[in-house]
Amino acid sequence: MDFTLTEEQELLQETVRGFVANESPATAVREIFDGERSAKPALWKGLVEMGIAGLTVPETHGGAGLDLLDAALASEVLGHFAVPVPFLEHTLTVTALIEGGGSEQQSHWLPRLANGDALGTVALGEGEDTWQPTHWTARFENDVVTGTKRYVPAAEKAGVFVVGIAGGGLALVDASAAGVTVEPMPTVDRGRPLFTVHFENAAATELASAAAQRVLDAGLVLLAADSFGAADRLIRMTADYANTREQFGQVLAQFQGMKHQIADMAVDVVPTRGMWWYAAHAFDQKMAGAGRAAALAKSHVTDRAQQTARQAVECHGGIGFTWECDVQIWFKRVMQDRLLFGTPERLRENIAATGGW
Amino acid sequence: MDLEFGEKYETLRAQARDFARSSWPLQGDEAKLPEREQGILWKERAIAAGFLHRTVPAAYGGGGLEPDVLAETVIRQELDEAGVPHRGSMQGTHMLVPTLLECGTEEQRQAYIRPTLTGVMRWCQGYSEPGSGSDLASLQSRAVVDGDEWVINGQKIWTTQATEAEMMFGLFRTEPDAPKHGGISYLLLSMDTPGIDPRPLQMMQGGLDFCEVFFNDVRIPAANIVGKRGEGWKVSRSTLKHERMLIGDSTGSRKSFEGLLELARNTPRDGRPAIEDPHIRQRIAELEGYVTAREWAVARIISAVAQNDDMKVMDDMLMAKIASTNVTQMTAKIAIDLLGDLGLEEPSGDAIVMGYGGTDAASWVSQYMTSLSGAIAGGSSNIQRNIIGERLYGLPRDRRPEGH
Repeated sequence: MDFTLTEEQELLQETVRGFVANESPATAVREIFDGERSAKPALWKGLVEMGIAGLTVPETHGGAGLDLLDAALASEVLGHFAVPVPFLEHTLTVTALIEGGGSEQQSHWLPRLANGDALGTVALGEGEDTWQPTHWTARFENDVVTGTKRYVPAAEKAGVFVVGIAGGGLALVDASAAGVTVEPMPTVDRGRPLFTVHFENAAATELASAAAQRVLDAGLVLLAADSFGAADRLIRMTADYANTREQFGQVLAQFQGMKHQIADMAVDVVPTRGMWWYAAHAFDQKMAGAGRAAALAKSHVTDRAQQTARQAVECHGGIGFTWECDVQIWFKRVMQDRLLFGTPERLRENIAATGGW
Repeated sequence: MDLEFGEKYETLRAQARDFARSSWPLQGDEAKLPEREQGILWKERAIAAGFLHRTVPAAYGGGGLEPDVLAETVIRQELDEAGVPHRGSMQGTHMLVPTLLECGTEEQRQAYIRPTLTGVMRWCQGYSEPGSGSDLASLQSRAVVDGDEWVINGQKIWTTQATEAEMMFGLFRTEPDAPKHGGISYLLLSMDTPGIDPRPLQMMQGGLDFCEVFFNDVRIPAANIVGKRGEGWKVSRSTLKHERMLIGDSTGSRKSFEGLLELARNTPRDGRPAIEDPHIRQRIAELEGYVTAREWAVARIISAVAQNDDMKVMDDMLMAKIASTNVTQMTAKIAIDLLGDLGLEEPSGDAIVMGYGGTDAASWVSQYMTSLSGAIAGGSSNIQRNIIGERLYGLPRDRRPEGH
């Protein structure tokens, strides 16, 4: 029984942390929120050079051959710094190819995804909380896909789409194919903009349909890890603020009301770390109940993170409610993590059904 | 990461299971003994077989083995599963014994540890007083030396099982002129000493699990002190540390969650089992999130402790008590909503339980009330929130009036 991280895994987190702490400080994320620029390409490029894009790509295809757990550990760090990079969607594209791709699809795309030549993304939901494979209606016939996908991350820059199709399967679409139209949408989390993508008889190849649920499950784990990192950051930001801001001649943290509120935020969030560790591990080992563990982790961690984000705003007082305050950046990060790939309520319907009750 | 215990521990697990199944329930004439004596007999055998109190030195009646949290985990899982009487009076085994091992004299260890492990000697804890709860160090019950005896006067309160225990360990003011924390000594008392008067206090669910204890010129041997005069506060800190760990165990959370599921299956709502109600399903699924988080937090703690890496999991360790209390209370709240008007019926008899006691309606009504005790016993949740804020997030200590 060894429910701990390996030295390599701790080193991976340290390495990513060292890079993003320098290259993606809050001031840089803020520039994106303020509309002064979009994410600097150098940020993703730097992560690609560190091997983050190919983290889970098999070594035979030029990647590091690591597991979802390793990717989740990277997600935690990215969430902690609210790093505006397409790690989730890119990694899930890799998952789709590993789990459902034929050798031709794999050898064409995986090396390009690993070295960052191509960015991958996933086009699954169609609006109105239709994230489950059974919900999808995009048609795949005669090697073309037709349908509209919503809330597709990083679609603007993607080179390849993994598209959820009617019947619960997946298809692969080259972004340069005719009939693919990407339409920006205003996104609450400006660091990770979402898009609507129309596929109109776009050339596509099919992936093995069993990959669909695996992609979703992996997504749930990565979102849980990201929001854990973000929530941890929010608690620390709040503690720092409470240790600095003075009222009635003393720092706010001197008041038990504030101190206990921060402790309660921590008690809600910190003990959830093992949940997404386990969900990732169960996914990697293809354990029975892995999907359920992913749903439990995503629904629980993101709900706790959201509650913590709301408390963080409250603890910051008036400034916490402003655009100027950095809390909004992490607040919105958590909002997106929580709603993407299904609300906690929808996931809990599955948790109940798969729990045998 | 490897969630398998591996061959060594699985072998041990199988041995523990075999032992548990073959050793309990007792057979023949032994089965006719009073329940408590059966428990003592079983514990003696479990210790001898190496499945109970493994790390207490053999010279004092334990197993004499090196600490091995993984071994203890697989064994406890099997003993829990088999329903053997391995969980005795925790005050003695989990608080007094570690304290004596750290601070006791050789004579004290010889005299008290062995009978405590087997359950022959049960202990109660004389800490809280009517005027001293969270501010324990303000305690006023005093002990003065008279010849070769301590003479004790005063009152303790919230003393669990004081009427059953043979012994008490407690804190008493022995140096009235010393500063608050420096004037306290840690004493050991036989509960049948003349002048000790334990009176049960009725709890809100009707149970009589704790007492107030009055001391009127109680005389005990001067040797019954652990550590030096005036060092009782320090001695007691090691005890409280053990108690917090104890309450942070997660096995109970899953057990009462399973009990809740059973209740939801068996409770009719509009002619259908309540568990089919979408709203109930949501609440239970959300609760399972908390239960699962606790389990993996504990797994993380156990794994780190096994690697002597306790500092890495200090966050989860310091949060264990509140997190566990929260889960217990949430479970009970859902249960009372499932019960509906059955929750109006006052529990009686066996249903007056402390903690999770079963799946019948009346036990849940008890549990609805007693689940609140987790936020109080062993250091209140609000004090624990201070500790979390101060130790993990660098928040300042409370300002205290001078002398406190």
